[in-house]
Amino acid sequence: MEIKVLGPGCAKCTKTEKLVQEVVRENNVDASVEKVTDMMQIASYGVFGTPSVIVDGEVKCSGKVPKKDEIKSWITQ
Amino acid sequence: MSSHTAQPDPVGKKAHMMMGLTLILGAAATVLWWLIYQSLPGLSRWLTYHLLPLKNGSHLGASVEFFLYDTPKVMMLLVLVVFGVGIIRSFFTPEKTRAFLSGKSELAGNVMAALLGIVTPFCSCSAVPLFIGFVTAGVPLGVTFSFLIAAPMVNEIALGLLYGLLGWKVAAIYLGTGLFIAIFSGWVIGRLKLEHQIEDWVTANPAAAVSLEEEQMTWNDRLVYGWEAVKEIIGRVWIYVILGIAVGAGIHGFVPEGVMASIMGKGSWWSVPLSVTIGIPMYSNAAGVIPVVEALLGKGAALGSVLAFMMSVIALSLPEMVILRKVLKPRLIAVFIGVVACGILFVGYLFNMIL
Repeated sequence: MEIKVLGPGCAKCTKTEKLVQEVVRENNVDASVEKVTDMMQIASYGVFGTPSVIVDGEVKCSGKVPKKDEIKSWITQ
Repeated sequence: MSSHTAQPDPVGKKAHMMMGLTLILGAAATVLWWLIYQSLPGLSRWLTYHLLPLKNGSHLGASVEFFLYDTPKVMMLLVLVVFGVGIIRSFFTPEKTRAFLSGKSELAGNVMAALLGIVTPFCSCSAVPLFIGFVTAGVPLGVTFSFLIAAPMVNEIALGLLYGLLGWKVAAIYLGTGLFIAIFSGWVIGRLKLEHQIEDWVTANPAAAVSLEEEQMTWNDRLVYGWEAVKEIIGRVWIYVILGIAVGAGIHGFVPEGVMASIMGKGSWWSVPLSVTIGIPMYSNAAGVIPVVEALLGKGAALGSVLAFMMSVIALSLPEMVILRKVLKPRLIAVFIGVVACGILFVGYLFNMIL
């Protein structure tokens, strides 16, 4: 599974990445977590709020820090 | 708008009880808030002159009393305002705002964009993705700018602080003139037809807009949303508020009366441009700059100059320009700064003249 956290590096984006990492570890999901900070790349996903979370190319949330159980539901299906 | 009370369902009764409980708790919290707020002046005097060995009328005493009174007052007001605006914001998303603004005619679009800039939840670090999202969805460039100018300048933190420290009149003036600058600047930028000054990659291959399904929120969700906003925003700005008030308290107690009149007073024509020039490269949020501004006003600075200083600090900043440079060519950045600075100058002179 490929998870991408989009965000230029503000506090909310860093927090989102940390949460995603935590959930991945807690649930033993086989996934790579990548932080995308480049504006052109972020824009190419068509989102316009950061932080955004992309799981296997699908936009799961944008413009807010997701809750842990939300993240869990995206990656444990 | 949807709420549990609108459609009766199996859980309707329980939701009703929850709602009732929330209302009672809310009312109790409001009364408690009001009682504490009312007792702050007395409390701060007592703390300063009875608990601490400070003399009434001394420089240090004046500073400490100012600090002990203003800090809890401002924090309490911020909690209230941020919570209220948080609930309003739960009705808006950047997606809805964009859909609403795309294809709007210019002047009406500028007005709507400036108003929506206040209530649409959006973090300043997503200015670039938001800009791209708006422009590629057919929101006119000038209308997009009205949004981008209003969003940081007219915000709940600034309004809450201004109301708390300087009264509702100044808060209303700030709201009105801030909106005016956002509408005016966006309109001018739109008239100048600068679309070719957007970096080419932005419009070259626009990504398909993603539509996330919209969450249905109950009133309870909205209250939680408001409370989350309080935790998030107060958690971020409290240190600036305290630092700002500490600097303000220092000015309040130790800087002689009227000393600012010569520098930022209304008598000197250059005080407004000077305030703007100092303010633009400075980077601070409303929370840090407004307590300082209050203290400057108390020492004889003119409202127009101070307003101009505050607006240029909040609305225009070097880091923001660096971020926007990724999507805007230098000429458009220069026009953006120039037009907004002119708007701020106008507001500054206007208030120095009429007050």
